[in-house]
Order: sequence, then structure tokens, then C-alpha cells
Amino acid sequence: MDVLTLLGQLLNSTLVFSTALIFSALGGIFSEKSGVINIGLEGLMIFGAFAAGVGTYYAQEAGMGNWSPWIGIIAAIIVGVLGSLIHAVAAITFKADQTISGIVINFLAAGLTVYIVKLLFEGSAETPLIHAFQKKAIPLLRDIPVIGEGFFNAYPTTYLALILVALSYFVLFKTPFGLRLRSVGEYPGAADTLGVNVTRMRYIGVLISGALAGIGGATITLTTTSTFAHNTISGQGYIAIAAMIFGKWNPVGALGAAMFFGFSQAIRNYVQLFEWSKSIPQEFIFMIPYVLTIIVLVSAVGRSAAPSALGTSYDPGKR
Amino acid sequence: MNKWRKIFLSDNIIVPLVAILLGLLVGAAVMLIGGYNPIDAYRFLIKRVVGTPYDFGETIRQITPLIFTGLSVAFAFRSGLFNIGADGQVLIGMTASTAVALSWSGLPSWLLVPLSVIAGGLAGGLWASIAGYLKAKRGINEVITTIMLNWTALYFSNYVIRHFYLLKGQNRSEDIGASATMTFLGSTFSNARVHWGTVIALLAAVFFFVYLWKTKQGYEMRAVGLNSKAAEYAGMNVGTNVVKAMFISGVFAGLAGTFEVIGVFHYQSVFAASPGYGFDGIAVALLGMNHPFGVVLSAILYGVLTYGSAGMSFGAGVPPELIKIVIGSIIFFIAAQGIVRFVLKPFYLKRKKEKVM
Repeated sequence: MDVLTLLGQLLNSTLVFSTALIFSALGGIFSEKSGVINIGLEGLMIFGAFAAGVGTYYAQEAGMGNWSPWIGIIAAIIVGVLGSLIHAVAAITFKADQTISGIVINFLAAGLTVYIVKLLFEGSAETPLIHAFQKKAIPLLRDIPVIGEGFFNAYPTTYLALILVALSYFVLFKTPFGLRLRSVGEYPGAADTLGVNVTRMRYIGVLISGALAGIGGATITLTTTSTFAHNTISGQGYIAIAAMIFGKWNPVGALGAAMFFGFSQAIRNYVQLFEWSKSIPQEFIFMIPYVLTIIVLVSAVGRSAAPSALGTSYDPGKR
Repeated sequence: MNKWRKIFLSDNIIVPLVAILLGLLVGAAVMLIGGYNPIDAYRFLIKRVVGTPYDFGETIRQITPLIFTGLSVAFAFRSGLFNIGADGQVLIGMTASTAVALSWSGLPSWLLVPLSVIAGGLAGGLWASIAGYLKAKRGINEVITTIMLNWTALYFSNYVIRHFYLLKGQNRSEDIGASATMTFLGSTFSNARVHWGTVIALLAAVFFFVYLWKTKQGYEMRAVGLNSKAAEYAGMNVGTNVVKAMFISGVFAGLAGTFEVIGVFHYQSVFAASPGYGFDGIAVALLGMNHPFGVVLSAILYGVLTYGSAGMSFGAGVPPELIKIVIGSIIFFIAAQGIVRFVLKPFYLKRKKEKVM
């Protein structure tokens, strides 16, 4: 295999692994930019993966053919938003500790989804196998060496993720809505004085994060596993949180961080092609991304740039 | 009499009790929707826990690591840190204890057991200190480092077990010798795997309380947790306190791992994914409102519910995942106390009227 093809394939599977992380990290950004910690990304991804598995299955049964995975995506958005609504009500309206109510989402998601799957599919702990997304090549662009194979022969969800990164960046930093959302996360008191409805903006931020993390979870069901079980997500939500912090709460940064994690998952399969890798225990190869993240954080990133009002509920009577 | 009445009617007691009740009601509602009989299910749950001495002992076994990990997360919380990494610290503690127990299996029991316990606690503490140090020195968010350290710990401990202590043909370590085990009253509980770790867990809770609320060092730690800038201004060394708090938090978690090896399983598995001890610990700490005695009570509740859930699914056919919904709802109601207060409103009004009269 020549080097260019190898590089192209490596890039391609990097994107496969990072897509779910991109969606979820973007979701995390919308919530945290508005000042609400979202440790519940893991649970929201579980909700999304579950809804995609169930939604796609029933859409297929109803004869919707190739459109079924998209029904799965829509189901994931709806269920993700509903899940994040619990977080929003507890953390914003009832001023609960934001970390705690995020953890609640993780618990409810882990319990509810498997419970419902067992009810729907006669005690089976897994949804039936579905016909998932197929990779779609973009004509002409896919003939570019390396990048063509890397970027332009991907799952539809990957294209969607890349578009959403650009869109999120634009919305957050170039529109009045984005300014309001960020102001509510930095200094809600000032935003309130200027007539921004803090509660409403925070609800919007959290619900967007539910939708995006839902798509993120759905991506794993619809491109990698083709079924939903209790271990479909297993920690990806926490990696997405890490990607968000690593990317300094910026959509483009999060894209980079998510691709870094995706790359280190992808490289596992390629490293084993080389003779010299046999002498390194595989556990150490598995460890690389996590150790490397810490090293990069130590050497480059330094103090984190979290929104100032992150984690505090807004009380208009308090100044 | 009046004093006791006051304590039992205070919000710190009533709100959790009402939250537990509401959580069980949510579980019952979910069971009804699924077509199960909730009363039967809860009856089988209780029966499973107190039915036989063996099951009762096993419930205690289930509760023990929950106390340790709950204390671990709660201790970090009190110092203003979120330790998502208890899971990794448990694994590292396990690995250190297994390594000591298997490497020096010739030592007499009175020496080997304490050595193994100290190794486990120390290893967990040092592992957690990495995150504490990076937070103190470089201001790196401990959430991200502890998540990364969880995965690193998982692969690292798998490496150690696979390459040095593997039982041939199995996905686990060799059995540790009898001299390294610490069982306790096993015969009373018809061979349930009870061990001294439970007693040490309770002592750890007492230590937690005394250290944080009765010593100068503990006072500093709480001050740093409440407002690190004010603490610094008052002349306290925030960095040292952060590292120390993570160390102690890690010791608690490491001990959870130690006793799972030398008290319960007597070997260490090669884990394919995170075993989840640390995440249970987060829930226990939150349920216990980050107070050591609250943690003990919530570990009991959590342990009873999870161990009993098997009986629920065996007896009434309810999927055991239901219990996660119950636990999630209880934490939800404790966190969103506004909802509980809303439910209690009529009673509060009544009490106020009494006062007026």
C-alpha cells in the first residue's frame, strides 16, 4: 500500500471516529457558553443513540428505505431535546446545582433507554440491526489525492458535522443571537440590564446542546454499531466534554480536538501494520491519546478559558 | 424531646426523605407504564436484600466500595474539585494491592495485608495527585485530566495484570494467597464475601468528618473549596491544599479498589471498559449531599437498591435498569429542592400557622 493511500484512509477513519465527538462537543459549547455546565452530554448521547436505533428500525419497518436513518436522526434530535429539557428545568428554573442535574441525565438515560428497549423488543437488551448510513463520495472532489479520500468519501453525518462547525462559529460569534448567548454566560447581570432574557437564552443554549448531542449519539448507532445497546456510547460523552474544554469552548477548536481524539482511535488499527509496533504492548498504544492530551494541555493550552458565569444560576435579586 | 423533633423536621432530613419517596414513586409510575406491578417489584427488592443471611452479607459487600468512592468524590467536592477520576483511582489501587499481594506472597499475613492496603491507598492517592498538581501548577481543569487519567489507568492496570500476574488462559490475575486476604464473619453470613474493609470504610467516614470540620488543615481546605480567592487572600496556600485534597480523595478511591481485591474477589480482572465504581461514587456523594455521614447513608440506599434490583427482575420480571431511573430521580429531586419544597408547601404553611398560634 503506498503512503498517500494510507494517509487518505487514515484521515478517512479519523473522521469516522471524530464525527460523533464533533456534534456533542458543539452541543456542549452552546450550553456552556450560555453559562450552564453540561456534564450530561454522555446521557444525551445515549438518548440520541437509542432514539436513532429505535426510530430507524421502525422507519424501515414502515418501508421508508434509504430515508430511515434520517428519521432516526430526527428522532434523536427530539429525544435529545426532551432529555436536555430535564436538565434545563432543574438547573435554570429550579436553580439546582448544574453538575448534579447533568449527572441525573446520565443516570436517567442509562436506565430509561435500556428499559424501553427491553419493553419494545421482548426483553432483548439490544435494538434489532438496522441498515445504517452508507458512505457517499462527492464527485470530482474525491479525486484529489489524500484529501479526496480523507474528506470527500464520508458518511452524510460527517458532512453535516463539518457544516455545523462553520455554522456554529458563525452563529456564536457573528450574530446578535450569539452575542446574547455568550453575554448570558459571561455576565448575566449586565445582559439582563440590557434587556436580554437570561432564562430564555439559557434554555435555548441547553436545548440546542440536547439536539446536537442527540445527533452525536445517533451518529454512533448509524455509522459504527448499527444497533443500540447499553455500551454503545460508553464514555464518548466524557471525551466530548474533554474535546470542548481542549478546544477552549470554540467550535473550530473543538473540531480540532475531536479530530485529535478520532485520529488517535483510528491510528490504533494502522499502527499494527508496522513490524516495529509488535514490540510495544498494545495497552501503551491505547493509552497514547489520553496521555498526549494531558501533555498538550500542560505544554500549550494552560489556563482554561471557561465562560465566567459557568456553573452559577442567575438570581436577578443578587448583585 | 423538642430538640429531637426539631432535628427530624429540619430540611436536611425531610428533603432527602421526600426525594427518596418521590424517586420510588417515579419508578413505580415507570413500572406501571411498562405493565409491571410496582408493589410486587419493590417487595421482591426488599426480600432479595434481607431474605437470607447470604444476601444480607452480599448487600454489605456491595455497599462497601460505594462508601469509599462516595467519600472520595465528596471530599474533592468539599475542596472545590470535581473528581470524575475516582474510577481510575480505584483501578490503580486495585492494581497496586494485587501486585503487592502476588509479589510478596511469602510474607506473613499480619504484614502482607497492611502492606497491600497501604500500597492500594497510596497508589490511588498519588494517581489523583497528578490531576491535583496540574490544577495547582498549571490551572488545568481537573475534569479533563481526571477523565484522561481514567482511560490511562484502565490500560495501565490491564498492562500490569496481563504482563506480570496473568492466570494462564484467563482474562484475570492469579489468585492472591490466603495470607493476603481479609475476610470477616464470613460464616455468619453463610459465606457471603464480607470483609474488614466495611469497618475501615466507616472509620474513613469518621476521619473525613473530623479532618474537615475539627482540624486547621480541614478548615483551610473547606475555605479553598468555598472561595479560593478569599482563601488565598487570607494567606492560605491554595495550590498545596488542592494537591492534598486530591491525594486524600484518591486514597479513599484506591482503598475501594484494594478491598475489592483482597476482601471480595481475591483476584483482579482485565477490564474491557471502565468498571464504573467512580461513577457510582459521584451519585453516592451527590445523594449524600457531600457529607461523610450522608455518604454512608446514601451508599446503603444505593447498595440496597442495586443489589435488590436483581431480585426485582427475578421475581417480578422488571428490567434491573429501572433502578437507575429511580436513583436518577432521587438525585434529581435532591438537587432541585425547589420541587420538593413545592410538594411540601401545604405542610410548611400548616407549620407556620402552628407557630403563629
